[in-house]
Amino acid sequence: MVSLTRRYRFSASHRLHNEALSAEENARVFGKCNSPYGHGHNYIVEVTVRGPVDPSTGMVMDLGVLDHAVEEEVLHRFDHTYLNLDVPDFQGKVPTTENLCIQIYNLLRARLEPVRGSAQLEKVRLEETSSNSFEYSGANGSHPEKAKREKKDENRPIARN
Amino acid sequence: MIYLTRRAEFSASHYYHNPNFSEEENRRIFGKCNNPHGHGHNYVVEVTVAGEVDETTGMVLDLKDLKAVLESEVLQKMDHKFLNKEVPVFATKIPTTENIAIEIWKLLAAKLPAGRLHRIRLYETDDLYVDYYGD
Repeated sequence: MVSLTRRYRFSASHRLHNEALSAEENARVFGKCNSPYGHGHNYIVEVTVRGPVDPSTGMVMDLGVLDHAVEEEVLHRFDHTYLNLDVPDFQGKVPTTENLCIQIYNLLRARLEPVRGSAQLEKVRLEETSSNSFEYSGANGSHPEKAKREKKDENRPIARN
Repeated sequence: MIYLTRRAEFSASHYYHNPNFSEEENRRIFGKCNNPHGHGHNYVVEVTVAGEVDETTGMVLDLKDLKAVLESEVLQKMDHKFLNKEVPVFATKIPTTENIAIEIWKLLAAKLPAGRLHRIRLYETDDLYVDYYGD
């Protein structure tokens, strides 16, 4: 099994604001991200798919298929938008990068299901800035790297030679 | 348990072609990567070794040894090569980034001076990489 990761970019603005909270609470919870007109980021999204290498192509997944799916489901939907107003997904949901990361995972999961071949969507990692990033592997997702590490730590002695 | 990663770069060319496919199929599946004269990348390989810290040295393994193994097993075989023609395993296996990562794992796994190989990460470009954990 091989994991393949491809990186894409989009730019969008958002405002972190919860209608259920008072103005003071919103200001306290969200700080400058609550600024009423919103603010923007250059987001970087990393999409990881995992599967066996097809012996006839040497590939986990056709990159054209992945690019097309990300273009249609993610970039077209979110690039150069104000997430709060332009994207129905965030009506009634705060467009934090956590929620955006989960939404991108769910959109790609649904889109790739019928076309993915034997590769599976493994993880979406979303960078809001070079200092902040978020990862989501599904509701029951366990990062394979972590699962593998734990399994190996349990079962295998350390080789020293 | 601690994980140590060392990065190295090599430059190589490749093209994607399966002799069992027709010319049209090869072009459709592999697109511009099917150009028979090949094209090149600056690959970045990250080798991650897992192990315990040796109490007498404070190290998982001696980095000089890891560098030497990486040099002799991977870089000398792949750097400045046309992978399809000059690396024997790729005479019959398509040198995709996936397959190159798996081959690098095979070249290194048994040669590490200490610790065990945990992951090979291979970047073909800044925006595309694969991870292989040996399974």
